[in-house]
Amino acid sequence: MREIQAGDVTNAVARLFEHSCHYLPPDVIVALKQARQEEKSPVCRDVLDRILENVEIASKEQIPLCQDTGAAVVMLELGQEVHITSGDLYTAVNEGVRQGYDKGYLRKSIVSQPCFARVNTTDNTPATIHTEIVPGDRLKISVLPKGGGSENCSRLTVLTPAEGRQGVVDFVINLVDEVGGNPCPPVIIGVGVGGTTDKAMFIAKKALLRKVGELSPDLEVADLEREILEKVNNLGIGAMGYGGTVTALAVHVETFPCHIASMPVAVNMQCWCARREEVVL
Amino acid sequence: MSKKVTLPLTDEVLKDLKTGDSLLLTGVIYAARDAAHKRMVEALDQGEPLPFDIKGATIYYMSPTPARPGRIIGSAGPTTSGRMDAYALRLIAEGLKGMIGKGSRSSAVKDAMVKHKAVYLGAIGGAGAIVSKSIEKAEVIAYGELGAEAISRLEVADFPVTVVNDIYGGDLYEEGKAKYQVKAP
Repeated sequence: MREIQAGDVTNAVARLFEHSCHYLPPDVIVALKQARQEEKSPVCRDVLDRILENVEIASKEQIPLCQDTGAAVVMLELGQEVHITSGDLYTAVNEGVRQGYDKGYLRKSIVSQPCFARVNTTDNTPATIHTEIVPGDRLKISVLPKGGGSENCSRLTVLTPAEGRQGVVDFVINLVDEVGGNPCPPVIIGVGVGGTTDKAMFIAKKALLRKVGELSPDLEVADLEREILEKVNNLGIGAMGYGGTVTALAVHVETFPCHIASMPVAVNMQCWCARREEVVL
Repeated sequence: MSKKVTLPLTDEVLKDLKTGDSLLLTGVIYAARDAAHKRMVEALDQGEPLPFDIKGATIYYMSPTPARPGRIIGSAGPTTSGRMDAYALRLIAEGLKGMIGKGSRSSAVKDAMVKHKAVYLGAIGGAGAIVSKSIEKAEVIAYGELGAEAISRLEVADFPVTVVNDIYGGDLYEEGKAKYQVKAP
């Protein structure tokens, strides 16, 4: 049994949110530069130039990349040999969110009572926390400050098994076409196929933790990712929807076994400003 | 090449703006989003005055991050405009001339823009750090209790935007997409 202090969790979460809102992961920057090279529309090339300039300014001058510093999504992989001491884990995570959003001058975008008064909680809590228990004595913390604009373009459906692989392709393409410029393209598309409906959306979100453009190790899934990406880019939506050849930077598909009657498909949409960061305690 | 435009958007200025034009705006704009729009339309319903003169005004769908000490404003990029469509119809009829945001508008809003001569301008979503550099003054003028959603008066200089919908019914999202779409063989 290894002990981890709740206070260390708080400090890590605070640091991850503050840092990730100012520094884009290197793989995302590489993908944006590649998009700038490949884009055929001059209007979208100009948008991508400004996006890359924005990335520079954010880190140099400590201005958040985007004003929507997100809902705080925290994914924990908790080793079963870990014992959290001096406090409880979720309180520690939420305290980290509170401190990180305050110290980092990040926007507090969470309201309580979603379909009633919608009063701002003023500290961006509560975080949405997903925990998986894994072997070992470590705690891996991944954070995603998830913007509302792209999250609003996420969808869940349950297809019939007969609709199969083509059904998945069509569902994703139709969604990207429908939402157009709203999710701030070029987007990264997380897709979860299988499981129960809740599981499908969870793995779609988890797919966003993958490095941009890293294909699935499963060859059939990787082939599906390639096909969806090509078809999405053929839609002509382009950066910010102004019309262009790069609408998505990557498509990441995760699958999970499912019921004989079912085929849930979830899409979790991620804007180009794909902030994510992780640490292992 | 960007065209320099000084606000307010008068009919004279509006007639020269075309879908796809890249502009640098200088002048006063008002930042307002979801909750502030709901309040403004409620005020109109009750015959109360709006917190600023809507005639000729330009609204920016935006709520910034808090300013660091010594700074004018934090990150200040656009939010998704479609959520304001229901309220925008009312405000356009009252004399609103410019809207700045990101993402497409409903056909009702597009029709209203042609009818009442108003434009929709796109700012780059997610590029809030760059936009903050063109804001020279920011002041909360109404609904401070809404926190991030309060209405602010902003003085901007060379604020970069792209004309999405002009007063002639042009739509950059539709025209741009049609140009680059690859039809299935």
